[in-house]
Amino acid sequence: MLEKAFVGSKKYWSWVLFLCALAVSGVYYYLQQFNYGLGLTGLSRDVSWGLYIGQFTFLVGVAASAVMLVIPHYLHDYKKFSKVVILGEFLAIAAVTMCILFIFVDMGQPMRIMNVVLHPTLNSVMFWDSVVLSGYLFLNLMIGWVTLSADRKGVAPPKWIKPFIYLSVPWAVSIHTVTAFLYAGLPGRHFWLSAVMAARFLASAFAGGPALLILLALIVRKVTKFDPGKEPIRTLGVIVAYAMFANVFLLGLEFFTAFYSNIPGHMESFKYLYVGIDGHHELVPMMWVSSIFAAASLIMLLIPGIRRNESTLSLACIMLFISLWIDKGFGLIIGGFVPNMLNQVRTYWPTRQESIITLGVWAIGFLILTFLYKIAVSVREDTAGVEIEH
Amino acid sequence: MKLYDGGKILIGLLVFAAIATFPFYYNIGKVNAKPEPKLDTPAILQLPEQERKCVESKTFMRTEHMQLINNWRDSVVRDGYRQYVSITTGKHYNMSLQNECMRCHSNKKKFCDECHNYMAVKPYCWDCHIAPKEDDKS
Amino acid sequence: MSMDRRKFLKLAGISSLLGLGATAASASHNVWVKGLEPPQVEPNKEALKAEHWAMVVDMSKFKTEEDFQKTISACHTTHNVPDFRNADGTVDIKDEIKWIWKAKYEHAFPDQENPYMDEKIKEMPFIVLCNHCENPACVRVCPTQATFKRKSDGIVMMDMHRCIGCRFCMAACPYGARSFNYRDPRPFIKSENKEYPTRTKGVVEKCTFCTERLAFGKLPACVEAAPKGGLIFGDLADKNSEVRKIVETSYTIRRKPELGTGPSVYYLIGGNEHA
Repeated sequence: MLEKAFVGSKKYWSWVLFLCALAVSGVYYYLQQFNYGLGLTGLSRDVSWGLYIGQFTFLVGVAASAVMLVIPHYLHDYKKFSKVVILGEFLAIAAVTMCILFIFVDMGQPMRIMNVVLHPTLNSVMFWDSVVLSGYLFLNLMIGWVTLSADRKGVAPPKWIKPFIYLSVPWAVSIHTVTAFLYAGLPGRHFWLSAVMAARFLASAFAGGPALLILLALIVRKVTKFDPGKEPIRTLGVIVAYAMFANVFLLGLEFFTAFYSNIPGHMESFKYLYVGIDGHHELVPMMWVSSIFAAASLIMLLIPGIRRNESTLSLACIMLFISLWIDKGFGLIIGGFVPNMLNQVRTYWPTRQESIITLGVWAIGFLILTFLYKIAVSVREDTAGVEIEH
Repeated sequence: MKLYDGGKILIGLLVFAAIATFPFYYNIGKVNAKPEPKLDTPAILQLPEQERKCVESKTFMRTEHMQLINNWRDSVVRDGYRQYVSITTGKHYNMSLQNECMRCHSNKKKFCDECHNYMAVKPYCWDCHIAPKEDDKS
Repeated sequence: MSMDRRKFLKLAGISSLLGLGATAASASHNVWVKGLEPPQVEPNKEALKAEHWAMVVDMSKFKTEEDFQKTISACHTTHNVPDFRNADGTVDIKDEIKWIWKAKYEHAFPDQENPYMDEKIKEMPFIVLCNHCENPACVRVCPTQATFKRKSDGIVMMDMHRCIGCRFCMAACPYGARSFNYRDPRPFIKSENKEYPTRTKGVVEKCTFCTERLAFGKLPACVEAAPKGGLIFGDLADKNSEVRKIVETSYTIRRKPELGTGPSVYYLIGGNEHA
């Protein structure tokens, strides 16, 4: 089926070429970083994790969101999702690959990555994160490929794939829970030391991922002959609405605990992010954009008329995605490091090289997504009208 | 039997052969002398002839020094042991690349690098461990 | 016998996996894979031994700026810690590496606010370093055990060879005691100590309670260089050690004790007449 990714229109190839150009520039700057060291980024002794790890955290959520399609379709026989589940699984593959790439570019000694495998450390959450992420990638690769091949041949997928599909549901929950544990178990960083961290991560994942899927499905409908259908998009809209409500609610809970308790350690990071402290307001505009977009998109999603209209739905999804990207991909990480463990305010901003490397990784992820979607869409176009029992 | 696209296949094979054998014909004519690691450092010359022995025998060191150094590393850093008992002589040695090995073999360029360059091996020990300063005169 | 391509590939795959597995299994008989153990290796006879190394800091003994500088540079010079200070003396805090440094009371003890406290103590610098905790968060999170707690004496050690530079430990440390090599440190090492290695870019480093000096019967560099009685180093598990006696009889505080990390660095309150 791979050959399907290499036939396409002029528009398809110009898009692929554009992504390749971004990817190549990312690689070029990464080689610079590899030679000089991570000092090429804006990271410092006090803010030791930044854009790369933020992107990784955000994308783990996007990857986990495939489960929002798998659960209704495979566990509850919601047949309407049968044609779009593959889009979710392929998005998961692209997202997990991006996660792994972001970890790789963030490492100080990437050549030693095998040390994590050679010296497994069961008490380290990061070790478990590498295990569950690799497992999830493998699961989705296998499930996506097997089910799509079966569709292409016009038959039901083989029975042995079912247990793996069922396994992918708790596994998806686990990848994001374990990633949340990276933050939620660290003593001393009160911004992160919260029991709702994992719940917040999952809620934002289940909102942001399906929102992206809605946008991708609409794009697929526009540029190809494959129409995912109105019903799946509508149902996804409902899922996004509920998840976003949970996400905003949980964020509100964090605010309450911090400010009602009035404990300085809990409040300081929120203050830095939303109003600035000690004359530093670097992140304030972005965080307010995130909050306003979150509120606006939630309201739009909760009003059925607006949610059912696909143009307003797309606008809500775009705002939601941007809001969550800012919140999880940037604000959450930086907030944990400012102020530092000695209560000093030392700030962070990504450098040019860091941003281009980040863009490059996103481009690689979108390249993988484009190729996989091209394959899936071609198979769907070939088998249009053929009813397959799943 | 007809070979379809025979022209393209043969050209492809030739290009592949050219690239794959590049390392060999590129180096024809270049003199690659046998590595001659020198043992005439001041520290070694100071010792009487019979005492000029390394931690282990020459044949052992030739094949196993990489593993030995690796094991010394783990023993010192992770287990806290500093004294090594030689298998061949039973003598005690301080397990340290910088302070023991290089104490005698202070001519890294004429000793370690001789074989490493020949084999195109670049051990990264020297990224951290300070190599002994050498005059480039001899 | 006819075999189709698929069958052949499956057979080839499984045979190579079995072949590799067999080699790996036989490798375990190779003694080098196991590592060195006593009696082939031994600790130095002159090594200082303890069950639980700890330090007491008596800031009353640090009187001049010179006292601080001598203590800090003893450590940083012995261990080839790079100096990223600019020519005008300002510090490039971005790439900064420090194993031991000065911090004001509000920064060393952030949750012990007292707006009316003695001005002298408010402004006085405190020596801060890695606390070699009994329950170190950094060790808990390290995915490769590059940082680990020595069972013999409780020192939280760094294995620079194994560190992959993920900086999880830096996020976990509640005391900001760890530094990362964001660039090659060698050009910034003011005076090289030839008996100790440098580090390379991409690894984390921190105070190791001078294990390389303890192994040869010497006290940590900072303890030796500090003004007399300023830094007291000893075995907290030994009832007769000076550190134990101070901690049992005088009032000492530790940094962020509520976090359960169990720091081994105690700050003496009220000064002391220890010589």
